[in-house]
Amino acid sequence: MRNLLIFVSKYNAFFLFLIFEISSLIIYIKYNSFQKATFINSSNQVTGNIYGRVNKLNQYLALRESNDSLMAENARLRNNLPSSFYADTAVKHTVTDTLYHQQYTYIAAKVINNSVNRANNYITINRGSNEGIAKDMGVICSSGLVGIVVNTTSHFSTVRSFLHKDTKISAMVTDTKDIGSMIWGDDLGPHTGLLIDIPNHVKPRLGEPVVTSGFSLFPPGISIGRISKLNAKGGGFFLNMEVNLSVDFSRLEYVYVVINKLAVEQATLEAQQKKDDQDATN
Amino acid sequence: MIRTLLINLLRFVALVFLQVFLLKNLTLYNLSTPYPYIIFILLLPFETPNILLFALSFILGLTIDAFYDTPGLHAAACVLMAMVRVMFISITVQKDGFDNEPEPTLSVMGFRWFFAYASVLTLFHHFFLFNLEVFRISEIQYTLLRFILSSVFTIFLMLISGFLFFRSKERK
Repeated sequence: MRNLLIFVSKYNAFFLFLIFEISSLIIYIKYNSFQKATFINSSNQVTGNIYGRVNKLNQYLALRESNDSLMAENARLRNNLPSSFYADTAVKHTVTDTLYHQQYTYIAAKVINNSVNRANNYITINRGSNEGIAKDMGVICSSGLVGIVVNTTSHFSTVRSFLHKDTKISAMVTDTKDIGSMIWGDDLGPHTGLLIDIPNHVKPRLGEPVVTSGFSLFPPGISIGRISKLNAKGGGFFLNMEVNLSVDFSRLEYVYVVINKLAVEQATLEAQQKKDDQDATN
Repeated sequence: MIRTLLINLLRFVALVFLQVFLLKNLTLYNLSTPYPYIIFILLLPFETPNILLFALSFILGLTIDAFYDTPGLHAAACVLMAMVRVMFISITVQKDGFDNEPEPTLSVMGFRWFFAYASVLTLFHHFFLFNLEVFRISEIQYTLLRFILSSVFTIFLMLISGFLFFRSKERK
């Protein structure tokens, strides 16, 4: 026993190293599998507050750009107002009123922390569960798709940016309406994404717009980018294309969280179908 | 004693702020990302007990992790670096040489020793950090490129800060 104590105290650095290294690795691995379940992240109260303060300063410096983008967006929205259309018949007006229910609503939020230069990038926004934001909601901005909410606290949420290795979003090329998936890897850089799983018979053209398909949690037709290179690496039976992203992630300031009112209904129905299939095979 | 404590506390806060609010936004060609906050561990006094050294490295790593959203990643790399520091110092420095020069700074130890010290520790830290972050062997070339370029950038910043706080009267 005494010899053991002497041995431990002689090589105490090594044992301390083991203790601390193992505990940090445990934190790291646990964090990975539980998807941000730990409290050490940027939507935590302290770091969230500090980020909020620093962001106030940065916000002032970027006033000109944000004004420009707001003006552009105002103009676009004004074009969609009922008053800017000519109503040809009164009947049509009443029909649209009863036929359409609002499916998507939007909550505006401000980006208070962002990164584009790491393998897995996250965004923190200043709206949380108090405002009705929940996990797995889509996030867009005026120029296109941004990411998916992964974690919320009462006042902040963290969003998995599109620039993340696990991103996979159902996308569509606009000319032929063919469906594929958008992914990203850190060898691509923050302005490029990869469109995969488009069937080989499709002949897309350079510069063709790519939008969300509506099979995911985003509304259909949200802009993702334009095709910039037709034959990227990989492929096989499918075409892989590089897409020039329409959103400049390094300059994100204001985003909108998409609330899909029918998402729960759809998810329940699909889960039920899966269960029925399993029961049938058993 | 109090003075050493205060200086290190101030250094900790200043380095975390510099890293999180300035250098986090800085990257060259998406390849070279500097992490000079680890100079805090480099400059701890020689007499620091091992338990304090490891605890401080762990806390420094976790603080950076809290801002980078990567719990445990920087902590693991910093603890590994503390271990390398203990071994490096026990190999290259005689114990009885310091009566009044307690810190391994550039001005005390001279350029050659400090350069070797900073390079070895930075290389270990960055190698572990980048490989743990990517965590797959298939992208090893890209990871190694990032590791080497980032290490060069970090060591460069460390040497600059060493010369910036150079006090010539301390030189042997």
